[in-house]
Amino acid sequence: MWTFIHKWGSPKWFYAISAKVQPWCWAVSLILIATGTVWGLAFTPTEVNQGQGDSFRIIYVHVPAAFLAQSVFVSMAAASLVFMVWKVKVADMAATVMAPFGAVMTFVALFSGAVWGVPTWGTWWMWDARLTSMLILLFLFLGVIALRSAFTRREGGSKAASVLAMVGVINIPIIKYSVDWWFTLHQSATFTLTSRPLMPMEMWLPLLIMVLGFYCFFIALTLMRTRSEILRREIDKRWVRDLIKEAQ
Amino acid sequence: MTPKRRQKLAVILGALALAAVAVGLTLYALRANINLFYSPVQIALGDAPIERAIRAGGMVKEGSVVRDPQSLDVEFLVTDYVDELAVAYNGILPDLFREGQGVVVVGKLSTDGRFIADKVLARHDENYMPPEVSQALEDAGYSPADYQDQPVEAAKRE
Repeated sequence: MWTFIHKWGSPKWFYAISAKVQPWCWAVSLILIATGTVWGLAFTPTEVNQGQGDSFRIIYVHVPAAFLAQSVFVSMAAASLVFMVWKVKVADMAATVMAPFGAVMTFVALFSGAVWGVPTWGTWWMWDARLTSMLILLFLFLGVIALRSAFTRREGGSKAASVLAMVGVINIPIIKYSVDWWFTLHQSATFTLTSRPLMPMEMWLPLLIMVLGFYCFFIALTLMRTRSEILRREIDKRWVRDLIKEAQ
Repeated sequence: MTPKRRQKLAVILGALALAAVAVGLTLYALRANINLFYSPVQIALGDAPIERAIRAGGMVKEGSVVRDPQSLDVEFLVTDYVDELAVAYNGILPDLFREGQGVVVVGKLSTDGRFIADKVLARHDENYMPPEVSQALEDAGYSPADYQDQPVEAAKRE
């Protein structure tokens, strides 16, 4: 068991095993996202209870993006912790490549929420607890990215970015519970995996498919980009040079 | 795990716990400012400042919306099912504005206890419903508004 976990810490092993896992992740994510998109946009009925009509379909991008934004931050912080305590370099590489994707997901969640807010709330922005804490998450992502590149030596940048990522994780429960702790303009959670869905199945299932698809996409992209990062950082290692020779 | 690593892990987790407590206390102390709006019961208790720009929120009371046929003036009651707040507004209401639906009104509380709104925002909840389900519920004798009990819960928490 422990030897298996330790193997993942080796860049060479990670590079070899991720090559096998990666295509499956891409395939599954593409199938799920394509199914969810077509189902959610074309076949799911419109919303009538609150008079939202078709604008509610933004949920099929907004909710998965918001889920991912938070999950990516937690993953990045976990990788940072593994790097700081156990000095696993692959963990640092994974944390490096996760940050830009997380920032993009946070932006997508904020932007799609703003677009949704205009026809439903009547405003595209409100400084309520959910929106503000999500904006802070975006700044945390940008801060982690900026901090990493602000050092001349990579080691220093990695440590500083790891510390910010770990401390920033405190924001995640605040985002999650903001709609319960305070009065907000934002609604309470629509989508949980733990309780009975509040929306009927024909609306909920495509959302579930989209969320799972986004998660698979995140895994596939992280594997792919970590592989590139491994090659970039291990360029002087013998196994990488052998690999390059083989490719030529 | 070597003792050095164990110590490092303990230091990091300890620092995180301290930071979390600090943030938690700060947010707790600032809770009145983080709340986006005052509920009618808070206004009735005199928590909200008068003649200053504030926000109030709750449900539009069923049957309380009165429109002036000559102008865009509209008056309605916002309720949290404990207390009510009379709101006066001049302007175009958002599409989702309806009786039994949540709203956030931006404006000032006048000395006579009425709320003069500059802006009305609709607040929606997590009860999404397609046409058939809504129809089925109505046939069974429920109104979709029965499912919008969230502000009541919010008021209970206060």
